[in-house]
Amino acid sequence: MSQAAMKRIYSMPESLKDTSNHYCPGCGHSVVHRILAEVLDEMGLRERTIGVAPVGCAVLAYNYFNFDMVEAPHGRALAVATGIKRVQPDKLVLTYQGDGDLAAIGTAETIHAANRGEKISTVFINNAIYGMTGGQMAPTTIEGLWSTTTPGGRDLDRDGYPIDISRMLAVCPRTVYIERCAITSPKNIRRAKRAIRKSFEIQMKGLGFSLVEILSPCPTNWKMSPKEAWMWIEKVLERTYPLGVIKDLTESGDGG
Amino acid sequence: MMVRTTFAGFGGQGVLLMGYVLAHGAMLKGLNVTYLPAYGAEMRGGTANCTVTLSDEEIASPVASQPDILVAMNAPSLERFEPTVKPGGLIFVNASLIEVSPQRSDVSEVRVDAVKLAREVGSDRAANMVMLGALVGKTGMLEVEEAVRGMAEATKGKEKFFDLNKAAIERGAAFICEGR
Amino acid sequence: MPSERMLMRGAHVVGEAAVRAGCRCYFGYPITPQNELPEYLSSRLAEVGGTFIQAESEVASINMVIGASAAGARVMTSSSSPGISLKQEGISYLCGQELPAVIVNMMRGGPGLGNIAPSQADYFQATRGGGHGDYRLPVLAPSGCQELAELTFLAFELADTYRNPVMLVGDGLMGQMMEPVVFPDPIDPKDLPPKDWILDGCKGRPPRAIYSLFLEPPVLYQHNLHLQGKYDRIAAKEVRFEHYQTEGAEVVVVAYGTASRIAKGAVNRLRREGLPVGLFRPITLWPFPKEALRQMAQNGIKIAVFELSLGQLVEDVILTVGARSEIYFHGIPGGPIPTPAEVEDYIRSVMSGDGRVGRRVEV
Ligand SMILES: Cc1ncc(C[n+]2csc(CCOP(=O)(O)OP(=O)(O)O)c2C)c(N)n1
Ligand code: SF4
Repeated sequence: MSQAAMKRIYSMPESLKDTSNHYCPGCGHSVVHRILAEVLDEMGLRERTIGVAPVGCAVLAYNYFNFDMVEAPHGRALAVATGIKRVQPDKLVLTYQGDGDLAAIGTAETIHAANRGEKISTVFINNAIYGMTGGQMAPTTIEGLWSTTTPGGRDLDRDGYPIDISRMLAVCPRTVYIERCAITSPKNIRRAKRAIRKSFEIQMKGLGFSLVEILSPCPTNWKMSPKEAWMWIEKVLERTYPLGVIKDLTESGDGG
Repeated sequence: MMVRTTFAGFGGQGVLLMGYVLAHGAMLKGLNVTYLPAYGAEMRGGTANCTVTLSDEEIASPVASQPDILVAMNAPSLERFEPTVKPGGLIFVNASLIEVSPQRSDVSEVRVDAVKLAREVGSDRAANMVMLGALVGKTGMLEVEEAVRGMAEATKGKEKFFDLNKAAIERGAAFICEGR
Repeated sequence: MPSERMLMRGAHVVGEAAVRAGCRCYFGYPITPQNELPEYLSSRLAEVGGTFIQAESEVASINMVIGASAAGARVMTSSSSPGISLKQEGISYLCGQELPAVIVNMMRGGPGLGNIAPSQADYFQATRGGGHGDYRLPVLAPSGCQELAELTFLAFELADTYRNPVMLVGDGLMGQMMEPVVFPDPIDPKDLPPKDWILDGCKGRPPRAIYSLFLEPPVLYQHNLHLQGKYDRIAAKEVRFEHYQTEGAEVVVVAYGTASRIAKGAVNRLRREGLPVGLFRPITLWPFPKEALRQMAQNGIKIAVFELSLGQLVEDVILTVGARSEIYFHGIPGGPIPTPAEVEDYIRSVMSGDGRVGRRVEV
C-alpha cells in the first residue's frame, strides 16, 4: 500500500495537548476531554475558546486542553465564565464541571448564570460521586449508592433525593438547550459529541445558555471495574437520569 | 531507646499495613509510638510509604531526619530511601522484587525472599507480613507474639486473614533465625 | 472513666473526642486533607443518635452551625483552608450573636487552591479574624494526638463558657498521624449545664431573639464593648503554652503545631550535645502567650521563630518581644516537610549568627 493510500484513523486533536493525564483507568473524564477537543478542532474554534476548569478531578484540565483556560474556585465556574464572556463576547466560553462543583457548592452560580441566559456552554460531568476528594456523597448520588459519608448508602430520609439539576435548569426561560448523554458506547459517545457541538453552535449564534450533561464512570470510587461501571450506568444510573434532550428552543428560535 | 523505621513500596503491597501493625504491637507493649503515613503528592505514581517511631520516652518529632531502618518492598523505594538511612542502619530488601543491593557500605542489608516465603504459608499477598516478621526477628524491637498481637489489633474486622498473617509473621522471623 | 489507650489517626481523634465531649451535631463539606473526620462522624454520630449532614457547601454548613447552636446543641464543623475562607462570614455572625461552636481547620497550602500538604499559612486568618468586624475567637493549636483529644474537649468547654466560637487548627500531617490516645471521661449531653439563652420555644417565658444587628450606633458601641470585655477575660484566663528545655537556654525556638514537633526533635538533638537550646510552644494562638514569652525575652535570649508559613507567627512574636531579644525567622511555605535535622541547622545558624539559614528580623 502506498503512503498516500494510507488513511489516518487516529490522531491527537490539536485542542488537546500531547501529554498523559492523571485520570484513573476507565475514567469518563478522558473520553469527554477528547470529544470536546475534537469538536473544537472541527469547528475551528480552538484559538477563540476560553475554558473554565472546575475544582474536582478535572482541576488540571488546563494541562490537557490546548486552549486558554482559567481556574475557578470550587463551584464558581459559571460566575467566572460570566465575567469572561461579558468582556470577550466573541469568544467561545465554556465551563467543564463535575456534579459537586456544579450542583452542590455551585448551585447558586449555576442557576443564576443559566437564568441570566449567559451565552456560555457548560459540559457537566455527572459521575454521581465526589471523585477528587475520595468518594463522598454527591448531590447526584442515587439512592443506595455507597459513599464514604453515607453509611449503608444514600438514604433518602437522611440524605435527601439525588438532584436532577439539568431538569431544574430547563425551567429557566433563558436556557436554550439541555441534553443528557452518556459515554457508555461508541453510539452514545457520538451522540455526546453531537450535543457538545450543538451547544457550541448555539453559543456562537448568540442564542443563550446551554448545557450538556454526561453520565460518566468513576470506577475508582464506585469500586467497580471499568466495564462494570459502564454497565452500571446503563442498567442503574440511567433510571434516575434518563438520556435524551431535556430542552431545545433552537427550533422555535425564542432562546435568546 | 528510640527506633525509626520507614516502610516503602508501591500501593497494593500492604506497606501502610506493615507500619500500622508494628505501631499497634508497640502500643500494646506499652511503648510510645508515632505512625506517619505519606499522603497527597507524596503518594503520586502509586507509591506508598510510612514511618513508625518506637520509643520508651516521649517522641518529639514524628518526622524522621534519618530512619534507623528501611524496609524496601520494591526497587524504586530502595533507590529513593536508601540515601536517607542513618549510617550504621539496616535495610530490609524484598529480594523477590529487588535484584540489586544497597550501594552504601555504611549500612547492613537483610535480604528476604518475601514473596516466596509468603507463598509457602499460603499466599503471595502476605509478603508484607513476612517482611514484618523478619524485621522483628532481626531487631527484637518486638517479640514475635507482640507483632502477632499488633496484627490482630490492626486488622480487626478482617479476622479471616488472621491465620495467614500470623503464619507469615512467624515465617519471616523463622527465616531470620534459621537463615532459610 | 477515661478510655483505654488507643492508636488512632488524628482526624478520627478529633471526631471521637467531639462525640465524647457531648457534641451530637456535625455539619460539613468534603475537602482534603480532613475528609477522615466527617467520614468518621458520619457513622459515629449515627451510633449515638446524633446528626451528621454533608451540606451543599461550607457556607451552608457554617450556617447550619449557627442554627444548631442557637437551638442549644454542642456543634462542630470542620474544613481546610479554602473551605474555612468560605466560613468566615458565618464565624463573624457567631461572634456577633455570641453563639458557641467548634470549628476545625486542617490547614493546607495556599493561597487559592494551593495544595493539600501541611501548612500554617492560615495563622493570620485564624488569629486576626478572617471575617469582618471587631471580634476574637480562641484558637487552639494541638501538636499531637493526645492533645487533639484534650483540646477538642477544651474547645467545647471554652465555647460554652464564653458563648463564643472556638477554632482548632492542625494540618494534614496532624490529621493523618497516629499516636496512642487516652480520651477523657465521656460527657452525656443531658448532663451539660442548661443554657438560659437558647431558642427552644417561649412556653412560659418571654420570646428570645438572637441577632447581631444593632442599628443604633450607641447600642452597637455598647455591644462591641461588651464583646471586648469578654475577649479581655479570655485573654487573661485562657492562655496556654508549653516550655520545653527553656531553662538556661540561649536560643529558644518559638513554634506551634506540626512545626513545634519537628522543632522539639531538633532541640533534643542539640541538647544531647549539651547546647543550651529550648522550645517555647504557644498552645493558644489567640490569646497569644505574651506574658510568658516576654518574661523569657527579658533574659536576653535569642528567639528563633519557626513556622510553616512566610512570616505570620513571627509578627505576634515581634509585637510581644519588640527589641528586647534578637528575633530570627525561618519559614517553610508550600508543604515540604522539614526534618529535625534541618531545623537543627537553623538553630545552629542562629547560635553562631552566621545567617546561613533563616534571617534576623529588624524590629
Ligand atoms: C471551597 C472548597 N471546598 C471543597 C473543596 C474540596 N473539593 C475538591 S473537588 C470536590 C468535589 C469533587 O466532586 P465533583 O465536582 O463531582 O468532581 P469529580 O471529582 O467527581 O470529577 C471537593 C469537595 C475545595 N477544593 N474547595
Ligand atoms: S477518581 Fe473517579 S472521576 Fe476521578 S479520575 Fe478517578 S475515575 Fe475519574
